[in-house]
Amino acid sequence: MQRLSQISYYLRESPMLAAGFIMVSIIVLFGLLGPLFVDTSLAQPLSTTPRMEPSWEHPFGTDDSGRDLLSVMVVGVPLTLRIGLLAGAVGLGLGIVLGFTSGYLGGRFDVVTRGIVDTLLTVPGLVVLVSIASTIREEISVNIMALVVASLAWMWPTRVIRSQVLSMRERAYVQMAKLNGMSTAEIIWKELFPNLLPYLAAQFANAVNWAILSSIGLEALGLGPQNDPTVGMTIYWAITFSALIRGMWWWWAIPIAFIGLIFVGLLMIAVGLDELANPKQRKAV
Amino acid sequence: MSESVNNREPLLDISGLEVHFETRRGIARAVNEVDLTLYKGERFGLVGESGSGKTTMILALLRMIKTPGFIAGGKAVFDDGTDLLALNAEQVRQTRLKRVAMVPQGAMNSLNPVIRIGEQMMLTMREHGEEGERDELMARVVGLLEKVGLKPEAASLYPHELSGGMKQRACIAQAICLNPQLILADEPTSALDVVVQRQIMQTLRQLQIGLDATVLLVGHDMGLMAQFAERVGIMYGGKLVEVGTVSDIFRNPQHPYTQLLISSIPSFETRGDFKGIPGVALSLLDPPSGCLFHPRCPKATDACAQREPTLKEVSPGQWASCLLHEEEHDATAS
Amino acid sequence: MNWNYIVRRVALFLVVVWAAASVNFFVPRLGTGRDPIREKLGQLAASGGLRQDGIEAMVKAYQAKFGLDKPLYVQYLNFLGDTFTLDLGYSLANYPARVGQMIGNAIPWTIGLMVVSVLIGFALGTLIGALSAWPNAPPWVRSLAVPFMTLSAIPPYLLGLIVLYILGLKMQWFPLSGGYSPGMLAIASVDFYLDVLHHSILPALAIVLQAVGFWALGMRGMMVTTSGEDYVTLAEANGLRNRTIFFRYGLRNAMLPQFTALGLSLANVVAGQVIVEVIFAYPGIGTVLFQAIQSSDYTVINGVVLILIMSIGLVTMLMDFLYPLLDPRISHSRQN
Ligand SMILES: Nc1ncnc2c1ncn2[C@@H]1O[C@H](COP(=O)(O)OP(=O)(O)OP(=O)(O)O)[C@@H](O)[C@H]1O
Ligand SMILES: [Mg+2]
Repeated sequence: MQRLSQISYYLRESPMLAAGFIMVSIIVLFGLLGPLFVDTSLAQPLSTTPRMEPSWEHPFGTDDSGRDLLSVMVVGVPLTLRIGLLAGAVGLGLGIVLGFTSGYLGGRFDVVTRGIVDTLLTVPGLVVLVSIASTIREEISVNIMALVVASLAWMWPTRVIRSQVLSMRERAYVQMAKLNGMSTAEIIWKELFPNLLPYLAAQFANAVNWAILSSIGLEALGLGPQNDPTVGMTIYWAITFSALIRGMWWWWAIPIAFIGLIFVGLLMIAVGLDELANPKQRKAV
Repeated sequence: MSESVNNREPLLDISGLEVHFETRRGIARAVNEVDLTLYKGERFGLVGESGSGKTTMILALLRMIKTPGFIAGGKAVFDDGTDLLALNAEQVRQTRLKRVAMVPQGAMNSLNPVIRIGEQMMLTMREHGEEGERDELMARVVGLLEKVGLKPEAASLYPHELSGGMKQRACIAQAICLNPQLILADEPTSALDVVVQRQIMQTLRQLQIGLDATVLLVGHDMGLMAQFAERVGIMYGGKLVEVGTVSDIFRNPQHPYTQLLISSIPSFETRGDFKGIPGVALSLLDPPSGCLFHPRCPKATDACAQREPTLKEVSPGQWASCLLHEEEHDATAS
Repeated sequence: MNWNYIVRRVALFLVVVWAAASVNFFVPRLGTGRDPIREKLGQLAASGGLRQDGIEAMVKAYQAKFGLDKPLYVQYLNFLGDTFTLDLGYSLANYPARVGQMIGNAIPWTIGLMVVSVLIGFALGTLIGALSAWPNAPPWVRSLAVPFMTLSAIPPYLLGLIVLYILGLKMQWFPLSGGYSPGMLAIASVDFYLDVLHHSILPALAIVLQAVGFWALGMRGMMVTTSGEDYVTLAEANGLRNRTIFFRYGLRNAMLPQFTALGLSLANVVAGQVIVEVIFAYPGIGTVLFQAIQSSDYTVINGVVLILIMSIGLVTMLMDFLYPLLDPRISHSRQN
């Protein structure tokens, strides 16, 4: 209950956060409720007349191989979200473990972690993922996709959480907790963690964002689940079959609209949470 | 207050100065009808508890009040007749540093970290139309640095290569580069350690005498104030409640607030910030009627809650804003 | 800057290259227990064809280095040796072509497009972001910041599809694909350069549209902090001009973290551009990569991955060396 009122307080404080929340909710609801109203079997190839413009019967039109794009989106949007959430959760989880340990313990562990993270951050993640995904191309499923992306989704969370923990560790209340004889684990769990919640939430939004971005990037290169109509694969097919030049604008514009809504929503959530966590920035603009 | 103190000419005549802050819960009168004349070449100290409007007053004289604040009224007229508060933006810009300069409080971070000290000072001079070859300007910079007790080499250093005291000296050198008539110093040494504080104040004093400039010093440290200032003004809740020479204020304070302030210092001429005085701190958003100080004043009468006192001369050169004195004043006048 | 730092930084760079090469070597072998290059070679040899001789030569050369009779560590050392001598082998799909040569042809296009679009995006975004957080800035700048920040959330290749549709297909202002017109002689003439420029505007626009908001967002936060710094206040009290304060006190200081961010995000910038090139069939390294993926040309995929990682590592290293010139407080000689 208290959590709920806290959340509603945040939403009222930051219109940016609220707007992002609404956009993402629309997408999630679309994926959840869509199957109740739309025949998802039409997402399979050859299930209806190909190359039809949007109409009453097919509000989003149909593609080259006879898929109804509304059904494709109803099936594909949750798949894409699943990749993002799974990879984001794994990335954030790893980031929390590494960031907290590294920031709180300091010393050699910290030096090594920081070195690895800073080095990996300069490596183009998507390119590494291309190298990984291209060798297992035939076997890629939605879950494998999520794991592949998650393998590189933990660096930013680790970096940001580490530096936050580091600055909090110096602050008085942690010092006091130490004097009161709390164990390190207790300090992390009871003192640091609650204070970092807005940061963690922002990092989660960022990690999900990055994961979806990477997965769609891989898919646009053809390195996605070949048999599942994720949003990114839909774009890949549209590119491969030259939908643009053939004037089939709905084929690429509709997945872009969904992706845009997801990304803008997630960005607004991340920025909104960031503003809440750094009140100094919030005031001025 | 037109007659001179120690036969000095007036430099700046502030009258009815009002600064308001618009807050969610109403308007705060941070500076409230302040009248004050500053004389040429004098060292004037401004004291008062936290939130009494000292910084706001200095910023108003620099025309640097930012939203939600604004200057709501008043005049600040120089000896040549220019009203500081009536200038347009470009005139204000040119007046800064040329006539009114500021010595900052937090010298730690008051210099641009990516520009060498000398370059910063030259940039500042050029911005005010000081033409000249690089060498000429650099020679001036070096001269200024020497005046504040810095070696010429300091010109080619970055701020982070200087100590806190040296940074403050550099700021002072910059403040005097165009020979200002009025130097505003808001707690210029509060971030420094005691030994450095004394040295800096001494430097400031020598420079002030050399330039024959007026210094308006804001501070909490009554000991430093007593040593540095010739005249002192006491602020309470945005109002100037008493003005007088250092010895009058310290030996013979007239306003009850000043009396409490002075008696809370352990002994005269020992160092120390004044301590708090009893009573509930003033809220600018919900000020009491009559005299702002009356809820905390040990000598308050019923009249104090009704009528607002104004600044009256209680003895030659000493002014206080208190009904106790107005009655005496009225009594002697009639 | 001292030698100690330089040596350590170069060593770090070499570690990155080594790690990238190791990923290329081990991931296929460990992950699936097979060697896609060997499989592909086997397919090619079995299917026969015009260049049977060449393929046999390739298989032989491959066996000599990576044969199954060789212990894994010998194969690995051979692979590392090839990597550090930049010997990337032959393309599997376009036999006589060498991977190094294919990448070499593509890379000027990629660098040209990237340098221009990254610089424009960075400069414009930084300026807009800074102005949007500056109290004295005109209000219309602020209204500019919001749409750009929205665009920054959308990957550049998707923006590419949109600009391609509007400005290329509907308006027909710009060509739809390629790096220059098909009939054009690729020689150094004014006509050719204008043609190249004409072709590069849409892909560059796609990248810039996304980048501006990204940089503006970061800069806005920094500028808010910086405009509250004491040195900005004192500069104003000293009567400096607004422009001077904005550029030399505000922007100049707020930009320092932007440069660090530029180094860190270069990887993402490159990744985004790779796909933009695919959308526009731009003759850069991204298109090479895409075609290689489509034809399972593993040597080319590995080569492109390696070259991209190396060049980004190189640029990041150079930026680390240059950073002390921008911020006098950072000096590598005093670190640690
Ligand atoms: N930005 C602002 N918004 C609202 N009110 C403000 C603002 N700045 C100042 N004030 C009001 O102005 C009053 C005077 O503040 P000022 O900083 O001038 O006090 P001061 O005498 O310099 O205090 P100190 O000794 O702590 O420096 C404060 O009580 C405060 O209520
Ligand atoms: Mg103050």
